[in-house]
This record gives sequence, structure tokens and C-alpha cells, in this order.
Amino acid sequence: MTHEQQELLIQVLGLAVVIAPAVMVLCVGLPTLLGRPLAEQTTARILQSAIAAGLAASLAILALMLSLGTRHVPIELGNWVVITDYHFSIKFVFDRLSVPFVIFSFILCGVIGAFANRYMHRERGYNRFFVFYAVFVLGMVVTALAGTIETLFAGWELVGLSSALLVAFYHDRPAPVRNGLRVWVVYRISDAALLIAAVVMHHLTGEGDFDKLTGLTSGGFWPEGTAQLDAPHALAVGLLLLDAAAAKSALVPFSGWLPRAMEGPTPSSAVFYGALSVHLGAFLLLRVSPILDVSPTLSASVVCVGLVTAIFAAFAARVQTDIKSALSFASLTQVGIIVTEIGLGLRYIALIHIISHGFLRTLQFVRAPTLLLDYRNMENAIGSSLPRLSGSWERLIPARFRSWFYRLALERGYLDAWLADWIVHPVIRAFQWCDAMERRWTTFLAGSRAEGSDRFGPSTEPGDDLA
Amino acid sequence: MTELHFPWLGLAILIPFVGSALVGRLRDADRGRNWSLVFCGATLVCATGAWLDFALLEVPEADERGNVLSGLFGTDLLVVDQLSAPLLPMTALIYALTAIATVRTKVRRFSFGWTLASEAIAMATFSCKHPWVLIVLLAAGVIPPHLELRARGKPTRVHVLHMTAFVVLLVLGQVLVDREAGQRSHSFWAVAPLLGAVLVRSGIVPFHCWMADMFEHATFGTALLRVTPMVGAYAAFRLLLPIAPDEVLHVLGWISLVTAAYASGMALVQREARRFFCYLFLSQSALVLVGLGTVVSPEGHLDVPGMIPPGAAEISAIGLTGALCVWLSVGLALTGLGLTLRALEARRGRLSMVEFQGLYEHTPNLAMCFALTGLASVGFPGTFGFVGTEILIDGAVEAFPYDIGIAVVIAAAINGIAIVQAYFRIFTGTRYASSVSLLIRARERYAVLGLAALILLGGLNPQPGVASRFAAAEELLRQRAALAADAPSHADRHASRDASDNR
Repeated sequence: MTHEQQELLIQVLGLAVVIAPAVMVLCVGLPTLLGRPLAEQTTARILQSAIAAGLAASLAILALMLSLGTRHVPIELGNWVVITDYHFSIKFVFDRLSVPFVIFSFILCGVIGAFANRYMHRERGYNRFFVFYAVFVLGMVVTALAGTIETLFAGWELVGLSSALLVAFYHDRPAPVRNGLRVWVVYRISDAALLIAAVVMHHLTGEGDFDKLTGLTSGGFWPEGTAQLDAPHALAVGLLLLDAAAAKSALVPFSGWLPRAMEGPTPSSAVFYGALSVHLGAFLLLRVSPILDVSPTLSASVVCVGLVTAIFAAFAARVQTDIKSALSFASLTQVGIIVTEIGLGLRYIALIHIISHGFLRTLQFVRAPTLLLDYRNMENAIGSSLPRLSGSWERLIPARFRSWFYRLALERGYLDAWLADWIVHPVIRAFQWCDAMERRWTTFLAGSRAEGSDRFGPSTEPGDDLA
Repeated sequence: MTELHFPWLGLAILIPFVGSALVGRLRDADRGRNWSLVFCGATLVCATGAWLDFALLEVPEADERGNVLSGLFGTDLLVVDQLSAPLLPMTALIYALTAIATVRTKVRRFSFGWTLASEAIAMATFSCKHPWVLIVLLAAGVIPPHLELRARGKPTRVHVLHMTAFVVLLVLGQVLVDREAGQRSHSFWAVAPLLGAVLVRSGIVPFHCWMADMFEHATFGTALLRVTPMVGAYAAFRLLLPIAPDEVLHVLGWISLVTAAYASGMALVQREARRFFCYLFLSQSALVLVGLGTVVSPEGHLDVPGMIPPGAAEISAIGLTGALCVWLSVGLALTGLGLTLRALEARRGRLSMVEFQGLYEHTPNLAMCFALTGLASVGFPGTFGFVGTEILIDGAVEAFPYDIGIAVVIAAAINGIAIVQAYFRIFTGTRYASSVSLLIRARERYAVLGLAALILLGGLNPQPGVASRFAAAEELLRQRAALAADAPSHADRHASRDASDNR
């Protein structure tokens, strides 16, 4: 096979990696939109085939890259939009970061998809679950392979929307819906930060290409390269990206949504918050890691956020009373450590940490519903109750402060309450006041009240869904 | 000027006009609806024909010289150009889909005769560039909704007050502008009444109460048709953009930005679906006018020499292109969202957003359409609005300080939250117990899915749409520059007057 043929083969395989989940979304979503949802068996087959095809193509690319010694394969689909100097290009990149991450995503999504097929069998929302799941897989693949910040943003939003809708999957009850909305609010903060970062990047470099931003066009490959920004600009873009990453990965101060996201079905909790979604922030920081090298302040900020998150999550995880919340904080502890590693410049270790942690945590999440059965089996095996282990940390805390610390950990550092009391409620109250004033003004002008909408009284608690 | 191959524009106005006279005389509401569908469909065909004919001609502007009206006024009265070409079929489509999606239980309440009359006025408005004729048409456009409010016995005072102010400001502004005819740049005070008229008609804060009042008291269909074609934005592009000094456009941009942010917050706290829609629309439609605020004259401030921003023409073109893209995406997406809400209202009455309504299991299709059209309106990836919003933000960041671009992003983010909150309030919760089927009807399904298809196809292949809007933006800026170049400047006139006084 000539070099050109090998190049062509890689390009075709690269396209297949992206097209497979896109076709899956189309095949599962379109019949649903037309009011003709597919049968369970058909949905499962489409899901398995698409993920298997995507995985096979990505493994083939990995094999080709290893055999050819290629470390960086860009696949440019041209400019999606171009007007004068402004262009919006679609580009995917296969390198040492994206290839392991996309293979990791395909394996987990495939395994959990097969698990969910049985878990959700005959569930009323089976089709809805798999439509959102397919959108999530597409979002993950697009994010993992994105070569420009706009492409990454598209995948990022798809992941966010599918996650929020799946948290609210059991929508007959208000709690999952409220938690789904909370997740969505935090994700929108992340989206806004990422979009602003994209605009700033466009403004500074003329385009949103990661290779150009991180200096990889001059011959280096990830994680090498020197960012084409000076320190103040790198700090500005980097802080926006850190904000986006923090909201997406539930780092402090956005950690409150993670245990709430456990309201969703166990398979989606496992793959989203045990493995993939929760690591997306860390992945973003890895993708733009050459920027961190330019600004020591930015690197220090990343280390600080990571460390604070790890300590906070380890602290909160010790007192959780349900297994999914405990696992979610255990996840967060590891994510905090991963972010710290990124800030310290340990890029390969962070990548290996993400993948190994993702696999382990997904297994734990999937086993979570049978935890009591597992405990009983273990107790039967040893012939007595399981020993109650208590850490040495507790003994270091004076007795009179223990209950205070316990409460602090149980309330997750009061982060949610603080955000609600100081940000959400005042804003909502201000707008409710404006709404009341507007109604009075319109009533004054019209000479009569608005019968249609005035009969619906205000909710008792302002913004109770949002906070 | 190049002529169209067929009198599409005249027919697109004449057909709904004749239809209005005929349908208004029918006593049977069902027959009225069927006939209005025929007239709306024919209008849509003519409007699309005008668009395609214009695209084939590949000229900046085309007219219908054989038209009777043009003969009467002695000028090219009906014109299609880069700006109006896609707006004509979009408006016709909005009217056609609203008529199609009107369910049988609502046909007696929704006036098809007046809807066709208002369609004729809207088509004429979008085919017109002549300032005074445009003003007459804009004034005529306020009459059909007013008559409907009166016929339904609803309070009209808010509408009358605002629309009177709108018409008076339009007339006053144009008189003042005409008095300064021949000048290179008009004074702020001459253009200010026109700016005021645009603010009132577009529902920009603090002149937006009429819009909430309209959604409160008119039928949902009428309110939807009154706002979604965005006639106020058209008035801004035709009457204000060619002649207004940069600072007027900047003021417009700033006020619109405040409106976008304020209305997004208001959408978040609404407890009834119509008002939620109204504020969501206000927030998103204000972004179109934010795009106008990015326009910077190549010479900088015309009266202050030396202020020449580098690359000003490109900045303006990108900001305007974003605004024009957002116009199309918001028009289509929010029509889809409005029709979905209207379909839900036809089943449940006024929709409370205080409690969870639990409608998902009854109408899963409407739930998907709600989410799709709602998210498309705020520029979700995969929809046409995504690219439009990105370009607009990029243009805003180039023209204004960073905070402006950031404010647009924040408004879009809050609107996204408001949409998902509304989705949860309407579709989730304990399943609503109904003794009758609430499933979507075939006509409603065609209407909403048709719009969803347009939104998604435009999102997957946005280049043709964006390129056409870029051409329109460039043409508008060229016309603005040509008007400025044709006449002596304000400063020149002052200088020559001083020189003659000294002599």
C-alpha cells in the first residue's frame, strides 16, 4: 500500500468514526420525531452496530498510526461557513490525546448501551432513553476528536443537553426534573464560558483551531507545542476555559450538581458521571495544555481548583448515605487529582488516570443497585457482619467539632445554599419585582387586569427549580 | 433596474388581499379556513417564486415595472433585493403554517379574513423600499390586530397608545429627515423620532408592554403573526440604517442589548406560557437590532475626522450578517415554538408554568418539537441559529467592547435555561388525566415538522444561507456609503455657511 493510499485510508476511517454515531442519532431520532419510534430490538441493533463500527474504525486508525509512526492526523472537512476573513471550519484531530479518549468512549458507551438495553427493557421511556443516549455518544465523539473550539463546542452542548434530559428521565416525579434543570443551569454556565473563550480565541488568533492556538502547526505534537499567545492573553483564555471545565466536571464551586445528577437511570449515571461526562473538563484542559505552560498563574489556578475539589470531595464522600452519591464524590475526588496533575504538567499521567478511573468507576456504578446483595453474600461467606471501618482522620478532629464537620460534609460545604442565597434568589426576586411592576403598569394603561395570566399566582419560593 | 420574469410580488400581495375580501364574507368558519389555506398556499408559491426568480437574475435589486401601482406612483414601488428576498417566503410561510395549524375548535375565534388582510400588508411592506409608502404600510399593519381586539371585546388602550406613538414618530421622523434632504449626514434629532418608532414597533424596553398585552388579549395566532415576521426590524433596516449616524445605531444596539438581557431574565420568571413566549421572543429578536449597532461608517464618525477604525467595513458586514441570520433563524424557530404552544393551548387552555403539567405522555411529538424549536431559537448546535449567533457575537465583539459580546452570550444562555425550564414545566410531572385524546393532529404535525426540517437543514448546511445574508449586508452597507458620498457633509455645510457669512 502506497503512502497516499494509507493517508486516504486513515481519512476514510476517521470520517467513519464520526459518521457512525451521527447515523445512529439519525436512525433513532428521526422515527421518534415523526411519531414512529423503533422497536426495542431494532434500537439495540442500531446502537450496537454504530458503536461497533466507530470502535473498529478508531482501533484501525490507532493500528495504522502506530505502524506508520504518525502522531497527528488532522481530518479537515473544509470551511462550514466562510465570509471574508471569518471562517468556521470543521476539523477533527487524531492524536495521542483524542485516539485513546475516543476508544475509551466507544468501549464504555458500547458496554453500557448493552447493559442499558436489558436494564431499560419494557420501561415506558425506553425509546426516549436511547435517543438521548445516542445524542450523548455523538457529543462525546465530536468533543474528543474536535480540532477547533467551535467543533468542540458543538459536541460539548450535545453532551450537556442529553445529560440534563437523562437526569430528568423519570419525569413523573418533580425531584429528578428539578435536578435535571439544576444540571442544565450549571452546564449553561459552562457553555457560556466556552463560547466566550471561543470568541476571544477568534479575536486573538483569527480562528479557533487548536493546533494554531497551541502551536502544534510548527511541527510539535500533543502535548508538546508552544501556545501562540502571550501570558496575559493566555491567562484570560485559560481562565475562561478553566471555568468551562470546572462547571462541566463539577469542580469547586460547581460541585453541587453532581450528586443531584444521580437521579437518572443507573446506566446513564455510570457512563456520564462515573466515566465520560465528568472527565470532559479535564479533557478540555489537556487539549489546551500548551496554554498552561505560558502562564504560571494559570497553571497555579488549575492546581488550586483541582486540589480544593479533591479535598472537598473526599471530605463530603465520607458522610454520604446512599451509594450513588458516595460514588459520585469518590469520582470527583479523582477528577480533582487529575486536574491537579494537569496543572502540574503531568499530561500523560492525567490521561492514563482518566481512562483507568473511568473504567473502574463505571463498574462500581453498574454494580451499585446490587450493593446490598453483594454485602449479604460477603457476610454469608465470612459468617459475620462486615467490619465497620473508620478512618484515622476522624480521630484527629476534636470531639466537639466532629458534629459540626459532619454537618458541613453532609451539606456539601453549603456550596449550593450559598449560590442559591447570594446569586440565584436575589436575581430571581429582582426579575419577579420587575414582572410585578410591569403588570401594574400594563393594568394602569389598559384600565383592566390581564385575566389570562394573572390567575396563575407566583410560585411560593422564587427560583426553587433553579436553586 | 432589472425586472423579474413574472409579476410575483404583485400576485403575492394581490392574492391574500382578494382572499381576505372573499373569506371575510363566508359565514361557514370551516370553509373559511379551507379557502384561506388555498390563498395562503398560493401566496407562499408566489413569494417563493419571487425569491427564486431574483436569485436566478443575480442582480442586487429587481422590480416589477409593469405593475399598476408603480405606474400610479411613478417609481419602482415593488422591489425585491438581497434583504427582502428570503423575508418574503419566510413571512408567507409563517402565515401559511399558522393557518394550517389552526385546529377546528379554534376556527371561529381566529379571524382568517383579517389574517389574509394582514398578510397582504406584510407582503407589501417587505416588497417596498420607498420611505413614505413604507410608512403608510407600517401604519396600515396596526389596523387588523386592533380590529380583532375590539371584536373580541378586549382592552385596546395599550395597543392604541403604543401604535399611535409609533405612527406619529414615523411620520415626524421622516418629515424631519426630508427637511435635511441632500445632507451627507443627518442630525441626531432628525433621526431620533425614527429611532423611537423602531424601538416601539420592535418592543424594545421600555416600549415593550404592548407586546405582552397583545399576547395577553389577542388570539395566540394573531399575536404570533403580529411579531414573528419582525416588521420593526425591517423598518430599522430600510428607514434608519441608510441615513442614521453611527451614534444613533450604537444607541439602538445598546438599548437592544439591554432588552435582550432583561427579557431573558423576565422569561425565566414567567408563570404563564404566552408571556414566557413573549419575553423569549423579545430577547431573541432584540439581537437582530444589536447587529445594527455594530455598523461603523468607513470614515468613522462623519463629523469627527480622524476616527477611522481599521477594517470597519468588514466588522460592519460581519455584525450585520449575524443579525440577518438571527432574523431568519429566530423567525422560523420561534414560529415553530409558538405553534407548538398554540397547539398545546388548544388542548389545555392557558398553560400555567407554576405547576408541572405532565403532558409528555399525551403529546411526545409536541414535546420534541418544543425542545427542538426552542433550542434552535437560542442557537443550539446543529440548527441554523448556531452559526448566526456565533457570527453576531463575533461582530459585536469586534465593534463594541468585550462586555457586549459577553452580554449576548449571557442572554442566549439564560434563554436556554428558560426554554428547558418551560419544557419541564409543561411536559413533565404527574401524567395529566384526560378523557379525550390529546395527540397531535396531522395538520399540526406537518406545520411543526416542516419548520423543524428547515431549521435542521439550515443548521447542517448553513453556507448558502449565510452567504446570501452576507451579500445582503454588503449591499446595505454599500447603499449607506453611497448615500453618504452623494451629499455634502454636515461639517462641510457648516463650513461653507461660515465662509459665506465671513464674506
